[in-house]
Amino acid sequence: MPSVSEVEFSRRGLLAGSAATAVIVASPAGAVATTPPKAEAAPTMPVRFKVNGEKRELSLDPRTTLLDALREHLHLTGTKKGCDHGQCGACTVMVDGVRINSCLSLAVMHEGDEITTIEGLGTPDKLHPMQAAFIKHDGYQCGYCTPGQICSAVAVLDEIKRGVPSHAQGDLMTKPTASNVEMRERMSGNICRCGAYSNIAEAMAEVAGAKA
Amino acid sequence: MRAFTYERAKDTSGAARAVAANPAAKFIAGGTNLLDLMKIEVETPTHLVDVQDLGFDKIEATRDGGLRIGALVTNTNLAADERVRRDYGVLTRAIVAGASGQLRNKASTAGNLLQRTRCPYFYDTNMACNKRKPGSGCAAIGGYSRQLGVIGVSDSCIATFPGDMAVAMRVLDAVVETVDATGQRRSIPIADFHRLWGDTPQQDTVLKQGELITAVTLPKPLGGKHYYEKVRDRASYAYALVSVAAVIQPDGTGRVAFGGVAPRPWRVEAADALLPRGAAAVTARAFQGATPTKDNAFKLPLATRALASVIAEAKA
Repeated sequence: MPSVSEVEFSRRGLLAGSAATAVIVASPAGAVATTPPKAEAAPTMPVRFKVNGEKRELSLDPRTTLLDALREHLHLTGTKKGCDHGQCGACTVMVDGVRINSCLSLAVMHEGDEITTIEGLGTPDKLHPMQAAFIKHDGYQCGYCTPGQICSAVAVLDEIKRGVPSHAQGDLMTKPTASNVEMRERMSGNICRCGAYSNIAEAMAEVAGAKA
Repeated sequence: MRAFTYERAKDTSGAARAVAANPAAKFIAGGTNLLDLMKIEVETPTHLVDVQDLGFDKIEATRDGGLRIGALVTNTNLAADERVRRDYGVLTRAIVAGASGQLRNKASTAGNLLQRTRCPYFYDTNMACNKRKPGSGCAAIGGYSRQLGVIGVSDSCIATFPGDMAVAMRVLDAVVETVDATGQRRSIPIADFHRLWGDTPQQDTVLKQGELITAVTLPKPLGGKHYYEKVRDRASYAYALVSVAAVIQPDGTGRVAFGGVAPRPWRVEAADALLPRGAAAVTARAFQGATPTKDNAFKLPLATRALASVIAEAKA
């Protein structure tokens, strides 16, 4: 069986190859001049933040989202790009302890921040309890949304603990509990096209020490 | 996304001056709506002024018994504040009915007021839209309008204000505080903050270029029971087809505002006075002169039914 990095390499190679082929097919001879000019390289800006406890310093086009900084510049590809518009939650990371959509935030706005990605939650040898629970309860099928689901799930249990209110709450003055209906409501910013929702809720319930 | 320059403002007057000096400059706080629109080039600022360090991140008691909410207080922190949950429940309920947990953690109080419409024709740069490109026409009129406005709209634009938080603030008679590049301060009642489209739908609010929101103040608590009933296509993370923010007193009097129906949170004070006579009386007055399309006419009976359910719950 090939290692994960080999699979990753060949998949990327294939994608790059197909894109090049498509360009050749779509451009008849002599059409080169009509190709739109490449966008001018924008001046870059320095930014320093901590990712998974490690100090990082980057020089970035200000347009770079936190998501692209993590994936393309720091090669932390665990965080995924789904919709790139804050609708799917695949890009969820924690910044200064709270979950956000990393696709809807500019990297340069995070000077001095502490960012935690899926790579910082656990490793294959030392899984975070939420990662272990997702495996145990089959909280995924294709796995693409999973890093975002897990980051969000960890943050949701913390939000419940801190008493952050939700739409599912009856009385706003009582502390919320990690009930199934609470977790489903709070996880609504994470889409799973495979539909692993009920297993995700069970994984979360196990970590919360509650019954799904 | 178009290229832009970026600065992190150190003080309020510097931030206001930087944006006032460049008609293509914008403030950025949470960025959840602005960056979304910049990616599809509906918004194309050439300069961004990041206001996150300006210190407007506190909720403080006011001398007359209300609350002053800093412009940068996140939606999550506003909804979770104990004073808000206790005395302004309609506001907490409206906030947690909107967006997702991730977005509420980033979205600011001022940014929420300034979010732009979600009319699909505004988002689709191939379609005519007077709001995105003044004078280009409105593809929504005669197009797919199920989500769009039924009142306060115009021949130029039928988009709705998409937020939930502001609908609760309208019921609470909140006031938006601003400062401009010359240091001039303004207090704008939330009722006057969002414009009706008229023939200039490109302008959402009464703010001038470079005018910065510093806070939103709430008058002293109203008492009563607080409700935010949001009717939508999904149980969570969807825009309102119709929403009802209401504060109902034990004697059946109260206040009510509707979301998802107009260019701004829709409240008619003369309709509030009809609350003791029931939902149908209130909505008949609040939606007098409505101009729904064939696709969104359902919003009128839906508003009546949503309010009827709130009134029934208040009586129970």
